[in-house]
Amino acid sequence: MTEISPHPAVGEAYSPATDAPAPATDTSAPAQAREVFVAAGSRRTSAFTRWRRRLRWPLGIYTTPVVILIVWEILAELGVLGPTYAPAPTAIARTAAQLWRQGVLGPDLAISLRRAAIGLALGLGIGIVTGVIGGLLSSGENLFNGIVQIFNTIPILAILPVMIVWFGINELPKVLIIAFGAFVPMYLNLFAAIRGVDQRLVEMTHTTGAGRWRLVTRVIFPGAMPGFLVGLRFSLAYSILGLVAAETVNANSGIGFLITNGQTYLQTTQVFVGLVIYAILGLLADQFVRLLQRVLLQWRPSYEAS
Amino acid sequence: MSTASVTPARQQAGALVDDVVRRFGDRVVLDHLDLTIADEELVVLLGPSGCGKTTLLRLLAGLDRPDGGTVEVPARRAIVFQGDRLLPWQRALRNVTLGLHGPDAEQLARDALAEVGLAGRERAWPKELSGGEAQRVALARALVSDPELVLLDEPFAALDAITRRRMHGLVRALRQEHHAAMLLVTHDVDEAIALADRIVVMSQGRVDTSHSVTLSAADREASVSREDLRAALLADLGLAN
Repeated sequence: MTEISPHPAVGEAYSPATDAPAPATDTSAPAQAREVFVAAGSRRTSAFTRWRRRLRWPLGIYTTPVVILIVWEILAELGVLGPTYAPAPTAIARTAAQLWRQGVLGPDLAISLRRAAIGLALGLGIGIVTGVIGGLLSSGENLFNGIVQIFNTIPILAILPVMIVWFGINELPKVLIIAFGAFVPMYLNLFAAIRGVDQRLVEMTHTTGAGRWRLVTRVIFPGAMPGFLVGLRFSLAYSILGLVAAETVNANSGIGFLITNGQTYLQTTQVFVGLVIYAILGLLADQFVRLLQRVLLQWRPSYEAS
Repeated sequence: MSTASVTPARQQAGALVDDVVRRFGDRVVLDHLDLTIADEELVVLLGPSGCGKTTLLRLLAGLDRPDGGTVEVPARRAIVFQGDRLLPWQRALRNVTLGLHGPDAEQLARDALAEVGLAGRERAWPKELSGGEAQRVALARALVSDPELVLLDEPFAALDAITRRRMHGLVRALRQEHHAAMLLVTHDVDEAIALADRIVVMSQGRVDTSHSVTLSAADREASVSREDLRAALLADLGLAN
């Protein structure tokens, strides 16, 4: 027992009064690497560790963006970055406030949001209905899968000219582009999610005497929920992409128009205001889906906020 | 190919398997197999992996259809699988009510959970349950519909030895309450002796031998006749040395 112990304190019987551990015990037993785990708070910390801990990312993942903003601001104030190339963040904020007060930003934002909302509702609605039909029925799969696979290969920007030819430059093509962007990922993800529900659970459900309705509502839909949320995330991202594309190419209102307008008159600050708004919209959409995930997927054993 | 139909039982039996053949491709898994399970009888089906135990159980459960012969089982039957197969997105109680309808479904499920010793755990997610607890929820889910035939497919194989012994005790207790025929598939000889009214040894798709077990609970733990039975079963399985 004591012979193999690497702790001199335990092996005291062999070397009672010496300060140094007996060399005989060290050579007879090979040195074993040991690890000692204690409660986190009870360990003595060095000054360096304490200093490092205080310095640890105060804003989490937002630390880097904030640092970049600060550096950007400083460089702009020092005149390193010209205002026509990259106006200072504070200048962008000032311009945003100014545009808002002038009554330009508010209506443009409202129009963009309305386009996004209608397009999303249309695209998600069709995507969910066809996805469920395609996922549950093999006839639905045959009906929809081929065409959506073809849609999936067409870049969203490439159908814009066709849309303009067909529907002109009014609201309809913009809404349809957004709907198209939302529809394809929703269908594909929902279809895959429904088909991917663990067949052993489906089989088990049959043996309990549960009917079709129970199977769909208690097993297949909840089982497909993670995939549905992945689809929702992609749909939101793609619809914002569609929004940008539709508004940038042809528009006389909306955030995209604000950007194009700013570019035409070399109002770089105004361009950046539009970009920031798009970024905020995208972030909000992503946060919304994360919130849904946290609420709807709390049953998941390996749930992580990815 | 063949269809399930509800016919009046030809005899009062938990289950009747008559001359059943099941093939997968060229491989004959069940080869003209006959098996009768009496009312309230607990039959243990013992055999090595790949001998067709699970195939037979799936036929009895109605999850598969025979290529020949007939399988006759009560319409009210339940199955406990090797894994717990709980729905991870439903709490324990909702897992038990899966196949239940009516206003008293929830109370029945509560009673079933209490019966397997899980009172108070109704709102637990499956991820929060230990392996033994999860398998007990699966047992409650099977028993809550008051089945006439319970099929158990190596239900305790994934549990540790201590938990498995507790589950054996639970099964014995549940048999006092539920008057159902049971078929338990296992490859564990000791589990078979601990629980069975009759042990059926399968090999190569047929029922090889059948042993009635009439030992008392104490004798099943340790006795000369238990060791004789064990030796006989091992010999049937081709494991005698």
